Amino acid sequence: MATEAQNASAAPVDAAHATTDRNFFQERSGIKSWLVTLDHKRIGLMYLVAVVLSFLVGGLFALLIRIELLSAGRTIMDADTYNRVFTLHGAVMVFLFIIPSIPAALGNFLLPIVLGAKDVAFPRLNLASFYLYVVGAVLALASMIIGSVDTGWTFYTPYSSNTDVGSKNAVIWMTGAVFVLGFSSILTGVNFITTIHKMRAPGQDWKRLPLFVWATYATSVIQVLATPVLAITLLLLIMERGFGLGIFDPRLGGDPVLFQHFFWFYSHPAVYIMILPGMGIVSEIIATFSRREIFGYMFVAMSSVAIALLGFLVWGHHMFTSGQSEYSTMVFSALTFLVAIPSGVKVLNWVATLYKGQITLSAPMLYALGFIVLFSIGGLTGLFLGTLSVDIYLHDTYFVVAHFHYVMVGGTVCAFFGGLHYWWPKMTGKLYDERLAKVAFWIFFIGFNVTFLSQFVLGSRGAPRRSWDYLPQFEELHRFSSVGAFIIGIGILLMVIVFVRSLVSGAKAPPNPWGSAALEWQTTSPPPVENFASTPVITRGPYDYHLATEGELYAGFPEDFEPSKKA
Amino acid sequence: MDHIPDIFGQLPKQASTLAASVDWLYQFIFWACVIMFVVIIGAMLFFVAKYRAKPGEKPLAPGPKHTTLELAWTFAPLILLGALFHWGFQSYVFSAVAPATSIEFRVRAKKWNWEFEYPSGSREGGVLVVPVHQPVKLIMSSEDVLHSFFVPAFRVKRDVVPGMYSTVWFEATELGEYDVFCAEYCGTSHSSMFAKVRVVTAAQYREFVLNMDRPPAGKTKAQWGAELFTANSCSACHHVVAGEAGGVGPNLFGVIGSEQPLEGGGTVHADLAYVRESVLRPQAKIVRGFTTAQMSTFTLSDSRIEAIYAYLETLR
Ligand code: HEC
Repeated sequence: MATEAQNASAAPVDAAHATTDRNFFQERSGIKSWLVTLDHKRIGLMYLVAVVLSFLVGGLFALLIRIELLSAGRTIMDADTYNRVFTLHGAVMVFLFIIPSIPAALGNFLLPIVLGAKDVAFPRLNLASFYLYVVGAVLALASMIIGSVDTGWTFYTPYSSNTDVGSKNAVIWMTGAVFVLGFSSILTGVNFITTIHKMRAPGQDWKRLPLFVWATYATSVIQVLATPVLAITLLLLIMERGFGLGIFDPRLGGDPVLFQHFFWFYSHPAVYIMILPGMGIVSEIIATFSRREIFGYMFVAMSSVAIALLGFLVWGHHMFTSGQSEYSTMVFSALTFLVAIPSGVKVLNWVATLYKGQITLSAPMLYALGFIVLFSIGGLTGLFLGTLSVDIYLHDTYFVVAHFHYVMVGGTVCAFFGGLHYWWPKMTGKLYDERLAKVAFWIFFIGFNVTFLSQFVLGSRGAPRRSWDYLPQFEELHRFSSVGAFIIGIGILLMVIVFVRSLVSGAKAPPNPWGSAALEWQTTSPPPVENFASTPVITRGPYDYHLATEGELYAGFPEDFEPSKKA
Repeated sequence: MDHIPDIFGQLPKQASTLAASVDWLYQFIFWACVIMFVVIIGAMLFFVAKYRAKPGEKPLAPGPKHTTLELAWTFAPLILLGALFHWGFQSYVFSAVAPATSIEFRVRAKKWNWEFEYPSGSREGGVLVVPVHQPVKLIMSSEDVLHSFFVPAFRVKRDVVPGMYSTVWFEATELGEYDVFCAEYCGTSHSSMFAKVRVVTAAQYREFVLNMDRPPAGKTKAQWGAELFTANSCSACHHVVAGEAGGVGPNLFGVIGSEQPLEGGGTVHADLAYVRESVLRPQAKIVRGFTTAQMSTFTLSDSRIEAIYAYLETLR
């Protein structure tokens, strides 16, 4: 039975509580109803399945890397295989998992709901971008089947212009895949920007937007502005490889450093495509589980925009040793330090939100707090890398590997997991086992630190990255790191078990299991096709706990709600 | 605070004039980060422990806006960041500008080895011998893809880019042997693209350079020449056995002392001067019939060329 009676208290979202008896799963059934759906929720879930699969594939590559590095010299594979495995780990994780993970999967599901809209602005475009993603994934798979790339996910020229380890054409297939995935990303961005501008429910003004929306908005702007540069760069690389057009290869009169400029002009902002949505999720979770507005809401919102803009001006910090001019190096270092500010502002505001809050340590909250810890380490170690002479030393060592894993995995992936737990009841209508989920968190958290803290030391002692083999003095730390990777693996396996069990036998979720004041919790779990029975009218912000009625914050099933209790 | 001890053993031994300033900055940032981390995460844990939700509690009314606090923690970090930028830039400039007194070496990187050319013109793969307390400037080029010259003990790193020259300099302060890594991924054997820098005293260095241009102990000039002939891959293009044909360059058996026919008419007497020219400026005189393939230019010291000449003389 679908939830029948919703509480009808005086609400900021009048109509939100009206009855619908079919949720979006039940509305239609059959494979075709999914494949040609225009419902953002279904598209979001299809994305979710796709990115989680990609994550598991990328994770398997990671484990292969760590097994190979258990001992110096050959452990299970030769150098050429290793080079392909680390390339695939990076390429799959970056292009198939992290970039689409939060925006395309969770964002798609949630954005219209939290705006009070029925769908995104361009539902067909949304489906198109999903299928572009699928095409990109298939191309990437094809490149693996025909022999796979060994260039590193950065495709640096002239190595990538000439390598034929494995296969002559794999580079073209893989860069082609990334090219197509880029379009998927651009279309999602365009769609979200339009949706946020045009589809907000009455009363949902900019100052009431959830911080997740601000973060998504900033992300979309980067996606739209930066991704075309990547697309052009890869196209040029394909032309160089395919037709001998000399652009990056000095033997053909090209300039290899130019490729790095182009590549990082996209890929540095892309770092913020990856982290900003994670920050948005953390803001949502912290507000809900402290039962209050995020401290300095406007500062947090604007810091997302600041990060997005500054993010375009710092690409050169990946190239301090590359041979770019000393003057650009100086300017890029200075600008890089500026990006530290908005990130710091966010962390401080989250911590301040906890002060005198009403905190519940649920599994999503653990992930959000875990994010703060790990992202702080990732951000602070960025200071080493922004400092010129220290970066020259640490560049292309394991220190950098550890740094960006703290930001990307400790940050984004941790937030993604947190968001997945947090919105799971909303998306599936099922509750999951909180206790086991917390155990999974701790295993993940400990494993993560074991894996990557040791890599900081490897790097600061001078171990270069992307090395199949290493000198004996690095063996101990490499072993330690490999053990950590398996602990992470166990944590994630347990998390998967928690979710599968929830799907199979989880208890039915009430509309608002966390007692949140935010809009998405004011409709049924899972929501009806049109998200709300009729367009909601918004009269307060998503974090205005003091304005929310007791009924809106009620965490049980509406039929059990007794407003008289407070007397 | 001239020196911050490395109590966690994070950094390798210092062996250059640059290392101390990089390490000081590293340690400074490390401790600044530790302090910030402890304060922020400490506060977080404290709040989480202290302010737990109690059942039946009414939600809080929002507090006042704390604009001053917000502005303070937005702008206060600029002081630290400015200082880091300044110090980092300072030691970067130091590492970017080689002193005028530097001695220059040429470094050629290719998949997957390093070749060092001494000021005398002699080349040696795998080991670079340099004098201690003497600025050394490396002028580097790559023959194939990107590489990066990285000596952890000196805290220096510089990409080696095909199609351009890049430079790096250091002044070693400690005798010993130090690892050179390739820090830019370059394919199959990237991880074994090692070399060593051997730092020796000034006297040892002079001795070494002199000996570089002498036959190794116990070998005749011609024997050394034979070694150099293979070590410089002359043998890849030149056959040396009578009658063997099909090499990229002419068979060198019996060439010395003979008259060699040249492209475009005339002949040349194959003596030491001719061999020297053939090695240093191969395009000056082209042997008849060898217009399609080109011999690459070599930089070899006179005594090495003489040794090769002595070897070629034995081929008759
Ligand atoms: C890339 C192939 C190649 C390599 C390597 C090479 N050579 Fe040659 N060499 C040639 C060719 C081709 C010619 C003929 C054209 C010319 O005279 O420049 C030649 C000509 C010569 C001649 C003149 C021969 C004659 O018959 O008059 C000498 C002497 C010589 N090489 C010595 C050397 C020495 C010594 C080395 C190693 C330091 C060396 N070559 C390395 C290709 C090579």
